[in-house]
Amino acid sequence: MKTESYQNRVYGIVAEFADQEKLIAATEKAKDAGYTRMDAYTPYPVEGLDTLMGFREPFLPWLAFFGGIFGAVAGFGLQYWTSVIDYPVNVGGKPNNSWQAFLPVTVETTILFAALAVILGMLVFNGFPHPWHPIFSVSDFDRMSTDRFFLCVEARDPLFDLEDTTHLLESADALHVSEVYDESETIENEDIVPARSEI
Amino acid sequence: MKMRMDILENQPVETKRDALLEGEQTLETVTHKVSSIVFEWNKHPRAWYVSLLVAFAFLGALTVGVAWLFYKGVGVWGINIPVGWGLAIVNFEWWMAIGQSLLLLSAGLLLMRQQWRKSISRILESTAIFAVMCAGIFPILHLGRPWVFYWLMPLGPNILGLWPQFRSPLVWDVFAMSTFMVVATLYWYMGLIPDIACLRDRTKNPTVQIITGVLALGWRGSARHWRRYQTAYYIVAGLCVAMTISAYSFVSFDFAMSIIPGWHSTFLPVFYVAGAIFEGVAIALTIIIPLRAWYGLQSYITDVHIDWLSKYLLGSNMVIVYGYFAEAFYTWYGGDKYEKLVLRNQMFGHYAPLFWIMMACNLIAPLILWSPRLRRNITIVFIVSIFVNLGMWLERFISLITSLSRSYIPSTWGFYTPSIWEIAVFIGSIGLFLFLMCLFVRFIPLMSLTELKTLLANDEGGKNHSR
Repeated sequence: MKTESYQNRVYGIVAEFADQEKLIAATEKAKDAGYTRMDAYTPYPVEGLDTLMGFREPFLPWLAFFGGIFGAVAGFGLQYWTSVIDYPVNVGGKPNNSWQAFLPVTVETTILFAALAVILGMLVFNGFPHPWHPIFSVSDFDRMSTDRFFLCVEARDPLFDLEDTTHLLESADALHVSEVYDESETIENEDIVPARSEI
Repeated sequence: MKMRMDILENQPVETKRDALLEGEQTLETVTHKVSSIVFEWNKHPRAWYVSLLVAFAFLGALTVGVAWLFYKGVGVWGINIPVGWGLAIVNFEWWMAIGQSLLLLSAGLLLMRQQWRKSISRILESTAIFAVMCAGIFPILHLGRPWVFYWLMPLGPNILGLWPQFRSPLVWDVFAMSTFMVVATLYWYMGLIPDIACLRDRTKNPTVQIITGVLALGWRGSARHWRRYQTAYYIVAGLCVAMTISAYSFVSFDFAMSIIPGWHSTFLPVFYVAGAIFEGVAIALTIIIPLRAWYGLQSYITDVHIDWLSKYLLGSNMVIVYGYFAEAFYTWYGGDKYEKLVLRNQMFGHYAPLFWIMMACNLIAPLILWSPRLRRNITIVFIVSIFVNLGMWLERFISLITSLSRSYIPSTWGFYTPSIWEIAVFIGSIGLFLFLMCLFVRFIPLMSLTELKTLLANDEGGKNHSR
């Protein structure tokens, strides 16, 4: 009955693993079973997991490239505009457009904007700041950042089924398998208030 | 593969003498060690309190020195005409070199996938940022009217309705330094996000939970996030390498772009960057050796790390040796009599004792480290690193002051001795640095947990010692 009433608010099924090998094995298993909407939560970047989960190539390198182009144009443009157009000053007979002397500042603004673009891009694409997420309600999730590895098969997966998915993850040597509820909607029932919100 | 399983199943692994991580390390023990330094604030060693006291004493010197300077003007310093650049610029260069080269080391070793970087990267990056903060106070204090320092920035129609002079290396410096501060701080903070999330998950203190919760931005270790995070981290590391090399070259342009004999050389930027790396490795040793002793980090920053840093010191020492000889050779081969005069003055003039002390510190002292036996003696490495710090400071002093005090016409010759107020500000900047280091050790995870954990998860784990 309870399962029925929360079915539409289930975010996914989460399994907890003791090490990265078990996590990778479980991911492979879920992938072989046809699941596509998965995410893992790990204390450090686990090598090979991203390709296994089929994430797309990040757009960030291009963002750095365009940021750099913007920085170069902006940096050189600033110097050109101020020294040639807005307020030309004859300094020691040097040409107004002393482009060689404008290069150091151009280099710095290129680096500055490329770095800003890629760092801010990383934060924006990752949706940060994102203080609350359904996954935080998993009991034991506070060990994610220390030594536990979590695999979440999300409810938006076409193959998602509460029982089947739970069964699959349980058979994958998980320490613990639980359902995660999307609490962005109002909760009437108090008994699923997550551990983290008690803090 | 078997090894990896052992480690992650919390089984102790035997380690060799040349391991990057010693003892029985698991993900939990590593996390506990690093986070307990932050959490158990009352367990800091006595050295931390002593450092803080010393830092406050030195900061007092800074306050008095700066207050007197602002009250009376730059006349209280020993600077004069022709030596208009005194200790302030020497210190600026010295601190800048530390900052630029430490970030260069951290980012460059990341790109070269050097495993031994992992446990010292946080210390290198933090030290870099603090050093540039210390460097930043000097050019501003050195201005006759420090309250209008913002005239160097292109703030649009400012008070004079003028724009900065973009052909001037001093304006390049402003851009180099501000770019450094922005990019280095963001890079550092980016490395910190997962570690702050770890503190957030481990603390029981509600106030700390709120602060770390906000700073961690809701980090949840998602594989999607890690992927973007790592991509971004490597790109920014590459940009940091370009930034640090270019920024310190621009600092050297302050000199190389002028026509002062001894400075006016295309050779100078390369020489300065090489010297900066030499100095940076030395200061890294000076900081890491006491820190690891006071906080019992010998299992994480092992003798292998010290050995690697010592070897880098030797490598950059050879570049410096080459630099000194090349500089002397160019001067002789170039045949310019003013350049020759500068060289002769450095070796036999007023400041000759400093020159020979510098040679002893920079050329002779590091040679001790060629002996593997002495290199493994931590005390000797520490003493050598102190000598190199002193030597590099003297090098900046000599190249600056000898060139300025003996220019083209004998009637313009002068002499410079730093006044007590300049020395107070220099000591004060060391106090500022020490103070920031104390705060860093107290509030920030000393070692990057993410990096340490990837080290543990590596195929070779704790036995990995070179790559």
